[in-house]
Amino acid sequence: MPGIQAQYLGMPLQLAELDGENLDYFKHCAAHDFHLQACAQCGRLRYPPTTACPWCMSLESTWKKVEGKGAVHSYTEVHHAIQPAFRDHTPYMVLLVDLDTQKGEPTADEALRVIGNLCTPDGKLAPPDMVKRVGIGTRVRMVFTDVADGMSLPQWTIDETATQPATPWRYPQE
Amino acid sequence: MPLPRQEVDATTPKYLRDKYAIAGVGETTYTRGSGRTTRALGTWAVRNAILDAGLKPSDIDGMLDYSGGDSTSATFIAGDLGIRLNFYMDVVGGGSSTEALIGIAIGLIEAGCCKTVAIFRSMNGFSQVRIGGTGARSAAPVSGDMLHNRAYGWQSAGQSFAPTFMRHMYDYGTTPEQVAHVKMFHSRHASNNPKAYYKKRFTVEDVVNSRFICKPLHLLDCCVETDNATCVIVTSAERAKDMKQPLVLIRGVVGRCNKPRLDMHYQHGPISTVAGHYAKNILWPNSGVGPEDVDITGSYDAFTFTTMLQLEDYGFCKKGEGGRYVSDGTIGLGGRRPNNTSGGHLCEGYTHGMNMVIENTRQLRHDADDSCPVGPDGKRQHTYDYREGGCRQVRNVEVSANLGWANPATASAMVMRRG
Repeated sequence: MPGIQAQYLGMPLQLAELDGENLDYFKHCAAHDFHLQACAQCGRLRYPPTTACPWCMSLESTWKKVEGKGAVHSYTEVHHAIQPAFRDHTPYMVLLVDLDTQKGEPTADEALRVIGNLCTPDGKLAPPDMVKRVGIGTRVRMVFTDVADGMSLPQWTIDETATQPATPWRYPQE
Repeated sequence: MPLPRQEVDATTPKYLRDKYAIAGVGETTYTRGSGRTTRALGTWAVRNAILDAGLKPSDIDGMLDYSGGDSTSATFIAGDLGIRLNFYMDVVGGGSSTEALIGIAIGLIEAGCCKTVAIFRSMNGFSQVRIGGTGARSAAPVSGDMLHNRAYGWQSAGQSFAPTFMRHMYDYGTTPEQVAHVKMFHSRHASNNPKAYYKKRFTVEDVVNSRFICKPLHLLDCCVETDNATCVIVTSAERAKDMKQPLVLIRGVVGRCNKPRLDMHYQHGPISTVAGHYAKNILWPNSGVGPEDVDITGSYDAFTFTTMLQLEDYGFCKKGEGGRYVSDGTIGLGGRRPNNTSGGHLCEGYTHGMNMVIENTRQLRHDADDSCPVGPDGKRQHTYDYREGGCRQVRNVEVSANLGWANPATASAMVMRRG
């Protein structure tokens, strides 16, 4: 403490004063300006925030602006919420999104896969009719949910300006 | 004073095949609402394992256990049973800990720290700390690394594993019906297990028509939450051969083998491949056998999908063919290679993996505790009639494989054989 305390959907969120990497990450999100750590030695971007570079072990990094665009790599659609905060919002979607930036690097199996909920453009959890439009392959863009001064959660919404797959892959049962 | 220099023979065989054994197994009743502490449950299960092995408390001098802060330390269980320990350690861990701790126990005995190790898991996974993450766990403040998962309603095991499951369906065309066969077969096995908490047989249709928890998981794709304790006793084969039970030998162990990027494993793909892909390269060479040599499996069924993914990545079928493998009859009693003949976590009870090792130990003794009549020698006279309420002993079992699961990125495994 002090750090940052927030309430989101009635759920307490805490950013500890000691947690420098996460404070920096969410501070950029609060400015609606997505940044990731770029390694000072090998230059690669990484997600989520880490202390050292997972590729070259360097402790030095700088925060670099990254375009919040990509495609859904996989997802889950939660119908039975576990956390009280989400019970009034089912079904909600958790999206694992491949950023276009650095996709397939340094190996073909790697990508910056950024988690977020499917949201409306103003950062609210998506309604059921929007959930039904999204699956693997859907093009999405990043939006933000403001939860406190200095803290916003990066989220995803359908990129209405992008060319979408004819039918994104969805689980066969609705 | 400097020690004299001398030639030390520090060689150890690379493999410890058949040098160690599971000498005893013990369980409590599988319940929802035990009405007891984890101390009482743990003491009960360890005592049962000691009796099963035909040992005295003084024969046990090592104790290991695992938990997520939801159990009782070995110190109390040992104290309650009058055991003086030469070694104990309480380890943080859930699924995949059983096989890993068996590996550690072998190492402890090799190192001369102790001779016979009781490993237990005691939990009130229904009435105290809900394994599904509901209750107090779901209401705790979200901070640190959890801001990248729990803040998104991505917390429970099912929620966090689901992207792996979903991507497998996308990559390989795996269907909900194929995977639902895992529950169908395990429920048939449980119907022949008097200890199983859920003994009812379910159909594939029952599974895919049950309500969604989080796609692709229906209610019946998910394991149960129960209160119970379980224990296995590890000792050298040399000691075990003089003990009460038929010899069950450990061929090889893999402990908590991982995919890259454990800080957030989805950063590395293919995400439809799980840690067994790496673990198999330790398991099969160490054990000196391959999947084709295995008669029964214990592939961890936290969910129907976890059984399928592991069987596939350990090489029981080609990559991508797990859906076919679990649905073609192979994994059912009477099939080529039955899986989780006790009903496993989907039906018997949830123990973070230990009941699957216990079951395979009993199978290798040719003494599955089903409803078959007990003969004059005190052994069950198995009928091999697998109809509901009948036998669950697999005929002529010689080799088993347990495939423990913590999450898509972490796995343990063990091959055992009949001595």
